[in-house]
Amino acid sequence: MFESLTDKLNSVFKKVTGRGKLTEANIQEALKEVRLALLEADVNYKVVKKFVESVRQRAVGQEVMESLTPGQQLIKIVHQELISLMGGEVSGLDLGGKPPHVIMLVGLQGSGKTTTAAKLARLLRKKGRHPYLVPADIYRPAAIDQLQKLGAQTGIPVFEPLKGMRPEAICLEAKAEAGRRACDVVILDTAGRLHIDEDLMAELERIKEQVAPKEILLVADAMTGQDAVNVAKSFDQLLDLSGVILTKMEGDARGGAALSIMSVVGKPIKFIGVGEQLDALEPFYPDRMASRILGMGDVLTLIEKAQEEFDQKEALKLQKKLQKSQFDFEDFLTQLQQVKKLGSLEQILSMIPGMGQFKKLKQFKPDERELIKVEAIINSMTREERRNYKIINGSRRRRIAKGSGTTVQDVNRLIKNFVQTKKMMERVTKKGLGGMPPFPV
Amino acid sequence: MIRFFKGKKDDGQDQRTEEPKLELETPSEEKKGLFARLKQGLAKTRSTITGRLDRLILGKKEITPEVMEELEEILFTSDLGVETTQELIDIVQDKVARKALSDPAKLKTTLKDEILGYLESALPQELQFPEGSPLVIMVVGVNGVGKTTTIGKAAHRFIKEGKKVLLVAADTFRAAAVEQLEVWGERVGAEVVKQKSGADPSAVAFDGIAAAVARGVDVVLVDTAGRLHTKKNLMEELQKVKRVIGKKLPGAPHEVWLVLDATTGQNAVSQAKMFHEALGVTGIILTKLDGTAKGGIVVGISHQMKLPIHFIGIGEKTEDLRPFDPGEFVKAIFD
Repeated sequence: MFESLTDKLNSVFKKVTGRGKLTEANIQEALKEVRLALLEADVNYKVVKKFVESVRQRAVGQEVMESLTPGQQLIKIVHQELISLMGGEVSGLDLGGKPPHVIMLVGLQGSGKTTTAAKLARLLRKKGRHPYLVPADIYRPAAIDQLQKLGAQTGIPVFEPLKGMRPEAICLEAKAEAGRRACDVVILDTAGRLHIDEDLMAELERIKEQVAPKEILLVADAMTGQDAVNVAKSFDQLLDLSGVILTKMEGDARGGAALSIMSVVGKPIKFIGVGEQLDALEPFYPDRMASRILGMGDVLTLIEKAQEEFDQKEALKLQKKLQKSQFDFEDFLTQLQQVKKLGSLEQILSMIPGMGQFKKLKQFKPDERELIKVEAIINSMTREERRNYKIINGSRRRRIAKGSGTTVQDVNRLIKNFVQTKKMMERVTKKGLGGMPPFPV
Repeated sequence: MIRFFKGKKDDGQDQRTEEPKLELETPSEEKKGLFARLKQGLAKTRSTITGRLDRLILGKKEITPEVMEELEEILFTSDLGVETTQELIDIVQDKVARKALSDPAKLKTTLKDEILGYLESALPQELQFPEGSPLVIMVVGVNGVGKTTTIGKAAHRFIKEGKKVLLVAADTFRAAAVEQLEVWGERVGAEVVKQKSGADPSAVAFDGIAAAVARGVDVVLVDTAGRLHTKKNLMEELQKVKRVIGKKLPGAPHEVWLVLDATTGQNAVSQAKMFHEALGVTGIILTKLDGTAKGGIVVGISHQMKLPIHFIGIGEKTEDLRPFDPGEFVKAIFD
């Protein structure tokens, strides 16, 4: 729904390129676009004001290089400024010293503390730690229940508070219990609260005093608007946060709150939540976030994911087969599975930069179920059929359709697509252009 | 040795405080209690905004660019969003250009009236209770906006009006969501229809409607799992829940309420559009207005999509769901 900033700046500068030099007035026009883009991404008004000013100062004068187009140059400056504001580097948890270490999660209601607690515990266990989950939310109905269920799902122990225990007592007792159980990380799931609720904020202060947490992390919703600065500031003033976890990043929010929070409290964002599943917690990369805020796509994540998930050996095998024109349905299926490992098609598409330039592509919503269908059809073929599609005659097609719960038309369409793909791939490989296996869809 | 380490640590600390920070207000120098400072800080933020605007306006004969910028700031920081803010500012600027508005003192009232006009373009109608069958309300929204809490509070309102209410626990996904609704049911005195966690939400909804018809209740509130509007399959699941409800009771659900969190920024527009497209939303509930967020994003949503705002949530207590009052809402933006 947002036009990307790059597109906008390009159109602003279209009037200027060709004429050679930039004037102060031209930058003015472009900076207005930058300002609006940041405001559209929910960056706080005052943060935007200050940010645009610093970009102006950097842009006017010597730093505008001639090798780039003015639009590219400005984007580069904006991008760099954003990264430097967001901390530049990836920062992890500080869990040195004598265990048990306490990690305290705080935040507004509904920001995702309980889910994040379970995700964090799971991540730490993967790294060889022994986490202990502590439900300290005695206010929201069934909050303790929720953490206990998540604990059971992941097999991570959860402290069991006695009836009537206050949050302070729960946290203190749980820390002692963690020591007895030889758990080395204690994760406190505190109740959601408003930053202006004095009584509940005082409760957090008391918990902090009593259990001396190593990390106090603010869990904040990536969709938060202008108020993010007030919230982060209040929590930080009271508790001296050690970092932030940004949740619900898998949606289409541009996440300007990240920038607002960082510039107001100056504490690093340590993780981002990217889904409802318990493994959906990732480290925070400032450069990627900068691209996202600007609507420039997240190429790095895509490349990294591709490297992680694509089996190199499989790719090589495929390459050889292609050269010998032996590409068959079995390869098609392997490739399909590789693509599926990369994540949903929509997710992949959203990571590709410049999608904003193709208005038509915005309408194009890939159907995940189409892929499932294709897989079912191939799975219903015999080995002979998969290896040699030419033997698939009418009666075989009917059988395949029945076996896969699809129609003969579906089977026909798949075979037609397959033949086309095969031809195209063979032509490409023969010309020697194929380095990476193309996607079958 | 100890001093050496200590010195080093201090250096590190210094560097950290030197990181780029943007000051939003000058920190108080006196050592007061943290809360006092917090409160004072917030009061100051508020007073600086209105204070500056009032100062700029006071005694002036014409509307200066600074005044317009000040107005723009108020609208932006209340989350009205780029589009609505620009629209409103354009309207005011146009009036100034046509000399229809020249008195700075009237600027604020003019702007307030414009926003009020936006909100009043979609005022909620009285709920229509169908003859002889229950009123079915489906409650939807993204994760963590307060759907279950809103249902609990709405149930309380209906019960106080003498209605018989049934709650349907169709959030079968989130751990302990059913239990949360049950606690609310007990608290306000409403029965809850549920199945096992992980059950098909449509099946739960079907059972719920059947039970409601059989027991002759007046209002059914269907709680659904929070989901991001960008998840196609989950949105389709909601469409199915709606379809199934309609099959069991033609004409139902009579209302589809979208719950929006007042702290949400521009993304609320995207949420409203996609939920409306998928389900035909009939009204908005704006929650968490008891914080410092203004929830201004609903101005544009309500106006553009002609969606009335039914209730606002202003706390965690049973009574903390109030009918939406456009006048109060606009006043809060400028306070």
